[in-house]
Amino acid sequence: MGTQHITAKERLAIPRQVMPAQNPDLRNKNFKEVNLGYTAELAQQEALRCLQCKNPTCISGCPVNIKIDQFIKLIAEGKFLEAARKIKEDNVLPAICGRVCPQEDQCEKMCVLTKKHKSVAIGNLERFAADYERETGNVVLPAVKAPTGKKVAVIGSGPAGLSCANDLIQLGHSVTVFEALHELGGVLVYGIPEFRLPKDIVRSEIDGLKKLGVEFITNVVAGRSITVDEILKEEGYDAVFIGVGAGLPWFMGIPGENLLGVYSANEFLTRVNLMKSYQFPDNDTPVFNCKEKNVAVFGGGNTAMDAVRTAKRLGAAHAYIVYRRSEAEMPARLEEVHHAREEGVEFLMLMNPLEFIGNDQQWLTGAKCLRMELGEPDDSGRRRPVPIKDSEFILPIDMAVISIGNGSNPLIKQTTPDIDVSKRDTIVVDINTMATSKESVYAGGDIVTGGATVILAMGAGRTAAKAIHEKLMGIDAHE
Amino acid sequence: MLIIITFSPYRKRAKLPPSYEIEKQMHKIVSAIFLAENIKKIEIEAPRIAKKRKAGQFIMIRVGETGERVPLTIADSDPEKGTITIIVQGMGKSTRELNSKNAGDTISDIVGPLGTPSHIEKFGTAVSIGGGVGTAIAYPTAVALKEAGNYVITINGARSKDLVILENEMKAVSDEAYITTDDGSYGFHGFVTQKLQELLDSGKKIDYVLAIGPIPMMRAIAEVTRPYNIKTMVSLNPIMVDGTGMCGGCRVAVDNQIKFACVDGPEFDAHQVDFKNLTDRNKVYMPEEKQSAEAFAHKCNLL
Ligand SMILES: Cc1cc2nc3c(=O)[nH]c(=O)nc-3n(C[C@H](O)[C@H](O)[C@H](O)COP(=O)(O)OP(=O)(O)OC[C@H]3O[C@@H](n4cnc5c(N)ncnc54)[C@H](O)[C@@H]3O)c2cc1C
Ligand SMILES: Cc1cc2nc3c(=O)[nH]c(=O)nc-3n(C[C@H](O)[C@H](O)[C@H](O)COP(=O)(O)OP(=O)(O)OC[C@H]3O[C@@H](n4cnc5c(N)ncnc54)[C@H](O)[C@@H]3O)c2cc1C
Ligand code: SF4
Ligand code: SF4
Ligand code: FES
Repeated sequence: MGTQHITAKERLAIPRQVMPAQNPDLRNKNFKEVNLGYTAELAQQEALRCLQCKNPTCISGCPVNIKIDQFIKLIAEGKFLEAARKIKEDNVLPAICGRVCPQEDQCEKMCVLTKKHKSVAIGNLERFAADYERETGNVVLPAVKAPTGKKVAVIGSGPAGLSCANDLIQLGHSVTVFEALHELGGVLVYGIPEFRLPKDIVRSEIDGLKKLGVEFITNVVAGRSITVDEILKEEGYDAVFIGVGAGLPWFMGIPGENLLGVYSANEFLTRVNLMKSYQFPDNDTPVFNCKEKNVAVFGGGNTAMDAVRTAKRLGAAHAYIVYRRSEAEMPARLEEVHHAREEGVEFLMLMNPLEFIGNDQQWLTGAKCLRMELGEPDDSGRRRPVPIKDSEFILPIDMAVISIGNGSNPLIKQTTPDIDVSKRDTIVVDINTMATSKESVYAGGDIVTGGATVILAMGAGRTAAKAIHEKLMGIDAHE
Repeated sequence: MLIIITFSPYRKRAKLPPSYEIEKQMHKIVSAIFLAENIKKIEIEAPRIAKKRKAGQFIMIRVGETGERVPLTIADSDPEKGTITIIVQGMGKSTRELNSKNAGDTISDIVGPLGTPSHIEKFGTAVSIGGGVGTAIAYPTAVALKEAGNYVITINGARSKDLVILENEMKAVSDEAYITTDDGSYGFHGFVTQKLQELLDSGKKIDYVLAIGPIPMMRAIAEVTRPYNIKTMVSLNPIMVDGTGMCGGCRVAVDNQIKFACVDGPEFDAHQVDFKNLTDRNKVYMPEEKQSAEAFAHKCNLL
């Protein structure tokens, strides 16, 4: 097994292997996964493109520093299981990150091939190795250290909470995860759609944690069902990790936002993904019937792409992205924008909604929009959109989805006043330990950063787990 | 130069291993009895919630694996026994399915207590008004108002005598208790608003009004008390999904601002609520609700 005598030149001659995907005209009518995954052949070909750099710069682009060169070498040699295990030394959810990481801004951006050639498809390879391990039934549970007798509570079962729970259980602590919803996984289950991240994968990852001994309790809202103080004092936990995400949808504050047919992205996606309303009436939760209707999603991030592609799949005649800047400024992953366009999503750039308009039954009929042009760069270096005079017009739509971001849910803040929060209500932490201002309480993920990424949330969960472990075991981190 | 690659037999995507379901703590129904036609009182095991809940709070309940999340007020609780009581009116598929359950049956998901508890203080004379199943929602707050030392007047309305619920419970917490029926078959003949107006006309000094019932009723009560400047609260029932503040589906317009009923409410100042918007928004899924209800009725007939 393995590769022999392959020169750098030959490696560079191999084109970047394309991820096989469902045909756009078929997939925009179903909820099955869009990307089909590399075959072993494609994965090995792609792996051969990696130059095995002495100083693999790609690793510095990965927030959890996966040993990218090493796992790719293992794939090239056909040692797929070893590759998966190598990845898992640093990342517990590779099948998920390989699918949803914004690789072009992270690991792949730092790959030496990026400048002159195309970067190695690190994300696709990561996904391949993880899928191979899982689908061939070869997942081996990591060893768990002897019990320490310490109990840690994790609030929220998103990527931050899951990765924190994973590290702590392996270190021998007993871990309980409290989740507000009836399903585990956070945004991975209620936000990101099935066609981008199959829920079976999320479930099987969580299954692994369960087998390691993590206890999951759903339907518990911290701050309402139980407070952080009660968890520490009454339930006898030694430490608490808060990973409750950024779940408070912002609205635009323009007239007509309460009309029928206007949704937040969170509501629309939750209805469809978590409550499976795309299977209505077999599932009881309804959602606006998009069939043959015009739907506009306001925003340009991953959430907006997920919402608009979902609307298209529910049968929308026109599914628009309405964004106030230009396409170059859209924060969504390139792959999602590309996929959305292939599926027939229409992009209306440099356009700002002023007002929603409805009929006499209060159903939405249109959005009054203003056209914009790019002016001078603002503080963030992005060119600021400025309105074009007298360019107002009405975009006829039947449903609107507002996807302009999320703030922080106030429940923990209200019930635990001794946890310091910022002006934006995010929890303030020491970034080296993720410790909050409250003794024995740590936090990480979107509740600290505001809406960010899966891998950053996971990284935060790991940092916190390490600090919690050191604190509980009396290890001085600075020795 | 030759590149030799050994291919693994792995090509086709294998089927995923069967995903497991986390073992849910199912909630057992301890007792379930009809109080009136279509209105059932259900006592369910939910120890954590029983311990924590305060008047005015609610739960989200999902009857089974394909069910929707439905908000229901916690009418009562027994922290020792670890149970809560809900009073449910069969409206559509979900509430009718719930009302078809009996003692011994189980419910898959219950989360709570949710919402901001009722604001309770010693106002002086407090009137609690319940319309239909709203009486059940008003009941716990009436109890709390009494415990806070208020002179409590309750007015409970129903369409007719056989739809009157919680009569004895309400009497027990009231200094004055009135029943009204639309058809005059019991108590005062007329609407709860008329009874309230009568009390005001008789010169009774009222310091606080809590009104819970159908939207037109709450809206009418707001108009009765507005000229007198009496602090009036209503409990709103917008359509909810998560009940934790995550989706914004439950937003209501209060004083021209967006509020999330599940975290900021469900109780709001009646004089500032945009009732028309709430009425409209609650109609958004009418065709789907009808479809679900019909399918459920059909299924029941087949059983
Ligand atoms: C639609 C959408 C698409 C996205 N796409 C991508 C993508 O392609 N790539 C990417 O990297 N990132 C993406 N993101 C961002 C990414 O999902 C988040 O940054 C990440 O999930 C944050 O993880 P977290 O663990 O901090 O929080 P979350 O995933 O939000 O999880 C928080 C969990 O805590 C629970 N919770 C909240 N309050 C309480 C409480 N009081 N008590 C108990 N539990 C509570 C919530 O129910 C939830 O399950 C996307 C986000 C959205 C919304
Ligand atoms: C905070 C709160 C407390 C409530 N307390 C009680 C109570 O103690 N007892 C009681 O009988 N009812 C209560 N309700 C109303 C109850 O939730 C609805 O009657 C129920 O959801 C209807 O569901 P369905 O499938 O049976 O009917 P559907 O046919 O789906 O709907 C009937 C009507 O109920 C409303 N509704 C539908 N779905 C929802 C939803 N997910 N959330 C809220 N309203 C919805 C709509 O206005 C609709 O027109 C409460 C509602 C709220 C918001
Ligand atoms: S976890 Fe994300 S950033 Fe890190 S290597 Fe994988 S795809 Fe790249
Ligand atoms: S930088 Fe690119 S080529 Fe170099 S080791 Fe990393 S992935 Fe391979
Ligand atoms: S029900 Fe979702 S925010 Fe209130």
